[in-house]
Amino acid sequence: MSTATTTHTPVARRDQPPMLVAGPVAWARANLFGSIWSSLVTLALAYFLIKSAVSFIDWAFLKSVWTVPMDPATGKLDPETCRAAKGTGACWAVIWDKYRFILFGRYPFDEQWRAAIVIVLFLGLFVVSAMRRFWRKELALIWIATLSAIGLLMWGGVFGLKYVPQDEWGGLPITLILSTFGLAFAFPIAVLVALGRRSTKLPAVKLLCVVYIEVIRGVPLISVLFMASVMFPLFMPIGLNPDKLLRAQVAIILFAAVYLAEVIRGGLQALPKGQYEAADALGLSYWKKTFLIILPQALRLVIPPLVNTFIGFFKDTSLVLIIGIFDLLTSGKVAVTDPIWQAFSTEVYIMLGLIYFCFCFSMARYSRGLENEFSKSARR
Amino acid sequence: MAADTPDAIVLDKVNKWFGQLHVLRDVSMTVAHKEKVVVCGPSGSGKSTLIRCINRLETHQEGRILVDGTELTDDTRALDTIRSEVGMVFQSFNLFPHLTILENCTLAPIWVRKMPKAEAEAVAMEFLTRVKIPEQALKYPGQLSGGQQQRVAIARALCMRPKIMLFDEPTSALDPEMIKEVLDTMISLAEDGMTMVVVTHEMGFARQVADRVMFMDEGEVVESGTPTRMFEDPQTDRLKLFLSQILRGH
Repeated sequence: MSTATTTHTPVARRDQPPMLVAGPVAWARANLFGSIWSSLVTLALAYFLIKSAVSFIDWAFLKSVWTVPMDPATGKLDPETCRAAKGTGACWAVIWDKYRFILFGRYPFDEQWRAAIVIVLFLGLFVVSAMRRFWRKELALIWIATLSAIGLLMWGGVFGLKYVPQDEWGGLPITLILSTFGLAFAFPIAVLVALGRRSTKLPAVKLLCVVYIEVIRGVPLISVLFMASVMFPLFMPIGLNPDKLLRAQVAIILFAAVYLAEVIRGGLQALPKGQYEAADALGLSYWKKTFLIILPQALRLVIPPLVNTFIGFFKDTSLVLIIGIFDLLTSGKVAVTDPIWQAFSTEVYIMLGLIYFCFCFSMARYSRGLENEFSKSARR
Repeated sequence: MAADTPDAIVLDKVNKWFGQLHVLRDVSMTVAHKEKVVVCGPSGSGKSTLIRCINRLETHQEGRILVDGTELTDDTRALDTIRSEVGMVFQSFNLFPHLTILENCTLAPIWVRKMPKAEAEAVAMEFLTRVKIPEQALKYPGQLSGGQQQRVAIARALCMRPKIMLFDEPTSALDPEMIKEVLDTMISLAEDGMTMVVVTHEMGFARQVADRVMFMDEGEVVESGTPTRMFEDPQTDRLKLFLSQILRGH
């Protein structure tokens, strides 16, 4: 084939490398079958990979039980077929029976459509915020409007909506509330703390920021949550006791802010000194310099670790389980305490894992896209 | 007012230390309006530090510095005013890589001078035309050559309509073929009557443009005078040595 091309274009210049240097075959040869040992490892890994994939597909799809019949005598589901398949096939009937409890927790059954709308609103908010053409001042208004609508739907009590106290909230909305509010409030705090820690002219502010960062970073999130839920009310005057969800929320905000601040500080330090000097030399004031020159560049530099922290905290909100807040993980755990389904927690955890994975993976993909876009627009 | 206009820059016995290192020793100089001063000297002689003290990128510890009659102190408000009237061009260009060429030029006029955007863009295009790269306005700094970037940096400083321009080794980071385009830009600026203080090793530029050349070594001003006098009749051994070294290098 290559000879054919050379006869057409006699110039000894080829635009594409030959197949054996580039194509997929060459890639496999170089990376998978480079030597005898490499070939053996490749074959062994391929064997285990295929074998486990086949048995998973067998368990999850081929031998699985999708529905179970209702016992006419008791009016309850009869998991007998599931029990029979136990060990060989998955029992997805548990998800079918419990998905509303897992997604919405103890939120009143007839009002769960409100919680469902809340989830959709959150997803819409994420999608809109992710698109660069919406990155304008109006976006702040969209956030305020959406978050107010979410509060309105969850609480109710107006427009004919039944009032639902916070104790009854649960499931995915709680996870989304904790992580969205958590990161949305933690981020600006983190920016200020990172700037404060690097301040040379305000030593008191710097000290305060360092102490805040080191103290919070030195304790586990679980203990901060415990403090917020158990100890904090002891110090408050009777009657003035913000509810448990709000306390957990504040704890998560303060905790996340520290980690984000350290990531942002890394970006600030990575910027060449010349950028600060050029902004100074133009007569830009500190805040203008910071918001127009320094932060836009510093934040771009730290997109990967920033998103890493975001993902970490999205999952860490599940720690509120230990102070009895009904987030997604808690409601999944409670769902399988139902005597009928006690033996089928694996299926429920797989579903929970899938939900968490969808959110985290989207964040990861999005951050990669963002990185590419920025590196395209600002090539050095 | 015109008669008793203060000098553009006055340094009076300025001293500066970096830790134990005495980098500026009793430096005094006066730059009149429209005067062009070239500062030269071996590396580590304190010439860059000197020029950076004039817009307070470095702070001096002793002595007084007056820019256009205003003394440099810790008063940040006065400092921002002075900085907006003193343009600076750096060795490493220091363009803002996340902004287009046009945005680099309009940023300070819009945010410091409160100029309307359209007017700032018109001004920016005018200066970009002067430095001969108006067609690059919508590109990012990373897409330009070093010489082009340095000319943008000059245009960016000019957009603030400064009274004084400081150049800190503007051609030292450039490939030889790009040095000329930057020097030509600076020469045309000098011909327009800009007050300029230039740290450079380009002796041809000094001869052509400078009213006065200052030679610094080890933090002090060793000798100063007209370029012809300095280059053809150096008085001190240190200047003779320096001249012989850089002439050999060229």
